[in-house]
Amino acid sequence: MCCTAHFTIQDLSGHTRTGTPSNSSIMKIAVIILLIPIFDSSQTSISNTIFFLYFQMNHTKYYVKVLKTDVQRALTRINLFTLERAMIWNREFETMGRKRLTLLQTKRLQNLVRKVYVNNPFYRAKMVAAGIKPTHIKDISDIVKLPFITKTEMREVYPYGLLSCNINNIVEIHTSSGTTGKPVVDAYTKKDIDIWSEVMARTLSMADVTAHDRVQNAYGYGLFTGGLGVHYGARKIGAMVIPISGGNTKRQLQVMQDFGATALTCTPSYSLYLAEAGREEKIDFAKLPLRAGLFGAEPWSEDMRTEIEEKLHCKAIDIYGLTEIIGPGVASECEKQDLLHVFEDHFYPEIIDPVTGNNLPDGEKGELVITTLTKEGTPVIRYRTRDITYLVHDKCGCGRTSVRMHRILGRTDDMLIIRGVNVFPTQIEEVLLKMDGIEPHYQLIVERRDNLDQLEVQVEVNEAAFSDEIRKLEQREKQIEKELREALLIHAKVKLVEPKTIARSEGKAKRIIDNRVL
Amino acid sequence: MRNEQMSATSVHPSTTAQPKRHPSLKETIMNIQQISVFLENKPGRLANVALVLRDSKINIRAMTIADTSDFGILRMIVNKPELANEVLKKAGFTVKLNTVVAVEIEDREGILFDIMNLCDRIGLNVEYIYSFVEQYSNKAILFLRFEDGDKAIDALVKNGYKLLSNEEVRKI
Repeated sequence: MCCTAHFTIQDLSGHTRTGTPSNSSIMKIAVIILLIPIFDSSQTSISNTIFFLYFQMNHTKYYVKVLKTDVQRALTRINLFTLERAMIWNREFETMGRKRLTLLQTKRLQNLVRKVYVNNPFYRAKMVAAGIKPTHIKDISDIVKLPFITKTEMREVYPYGLLSCNINNIVEIHTSSGTTGKPVVDAYTKKDIDIWSEVMARTLSMADVTAHDRVQNAYGYGLFTGGLGVHYGARKIGAMVIPISGGNTKRQLQVMQDFGATALTCTPSYSLYLAEAGREEKIDFAKLPLRAGLFGAEPWSEDMRTEIEEKLHCKAIDIYGLTEIIGPGVASECEKQDLLHVFEDHFYPEIIDPVTGNNLPDGEKGELVITTLTKEGTPVIRYRTRDITYLVHDKCGCGRTSVRMHRILGRTDDMLIIRGVNVFPTQIEEVLLKMDGIEPHYQLIVERRDNLDQLEVQVEVNEAAFSDEIRKLEQREKQIEKELREALLIHAKVKLVEPKTIARSEGKAKRIIDNRVL
Repeated sequence: MRNEQMSATSVHPSTTAQPKRHPSLKETIMNIQQISVFLENKPGRLANVALVLRDSKINIRAMTIADTSDFGILRMIVNKPELANEVLKKAGFTVKLNTVVAVEIEDREGILFDIMNLCDRIGLNVEYIYSFVEQYSNKAILFLRFEDGDKAIDALVKNGYKLLSNEEVRKI
């Protein structure tokens, strides 16, 4: 491989040196060539133990962290030089100092508010009702003066109520599944797609995906944001995309082997399902080139991460996004696999007390609220996600300065996420109420069996529904299952139980038993 | 289908509760009252039913359980079906009183074939069947549930089978 590499070496005290070695086919040799003179000449002045180095090769930026001890070792045994490669896709924005970032966010928020005030009757009405004018926004912290927006409001203005630009500028549409009512619409301008590609490129870079990678994208393609979001990011990086979409496990495994996928994107539970199916087919994942996995769209845990990494032999990182904001690409873990960096130059996060609506300080759990600072098509101001988490403003070991959030800790409503699909108990209630002879007393049991979420709906049998023939009772179960499938888009097993066996309490019955060990 | 089912449940208890008003032969004599109870597949449920029956001094003449992986249906012929229906409902069970046909047959080889062959010939669909052997009389009783009970009764009587009445069954 012949290439020209441009190096910039920077120690923590800010000294930088650059160089362009003419022939550096092996990256690590190049690093050594460049580091040796620095190390030799200024040994006394380098007190830090870590060097940061980034360079560009074949239009790809590489970011390298080198330990001083590695350099010492390299001086004596050049071939044993090791380095940990990590990459920041957009150093300018991802490592921006807080002061500059605040100024940028302020400017972007002011632009956004001005634009929606002029172009969007829905937002203008909300602001007028709250007595807010665009001129009142003097700093990003003034964001608290703006009214929240809820999912219900978004639905009420379906389909184009959030549109804040000329419809001719929209180049693509995505929506939520709409299982609980009208779907939420995401309309993207060309620039919005660019932003989406950018934040997904950052996300993929955090999992160390580069132009040399082959990304097996097992998120669903279509109106759902997952598939195309990853697709655009991988294309931006220059990686090869395998757009296999969701499902068809046998084919996923075949493709993974045949094309030598190095990165996998899907829900965490599906990745384990794949691992299990692969084991049955005697696939040794250790021998496959797969090394990175980006998993999201449903809650998971540290234990699951360990299991995925052990079974699939890849590094697993948690990614976060939601259709209401842009899709995937709102936040992501870096290689430290600790908290999720929020791409706050585009998506401004707040944590509020879900009852009072007041902002909460760092480290305190509350509801995540997001504002899209740069989106043109369907901007969203202070969206109440109903997701519970907390924020941390400190510097991450990876070098990024962006605020980080903990993985989602829960919900402020009773929404369940089952196999990546959002399910509300009220949807189930509606289905049951529509059916003759079925009591609206039900209980949901969620379990994770064979790494897939299983939803069981227990329904009480009353006199009218009771037939003394097994066949008819089973038909009844099947019929409820069919109706539920149409409403929820996922399969739920229906189990008939004796009347009065589902606990009733004075207020809200205990309807959900979530036995998933995350 | 479901509507028929529902009307059957609501109509039946009232007719049985009413004083005799020249009921037809089929209604009172040949349709045997059977108690069906919905049971979840879990330990202790059958014991609970048995306890309720014991406390009300109800005697079971014949019984069977049909089950799936999730639930079962207990079907019983008892000496006091109305009382059983009432006390089980009071105890919180889903109960249904319905009817089966009781045929008294000789306790010998081939008799089941004779009856099934007859059903087959005239197109009678049997929903379920269970039996009871009388210890001292060389007789057995088959309890049959037909899709079309009236047609079945006609056919069985015409072909010389002896159908039992509620009173006769209770005396077993």
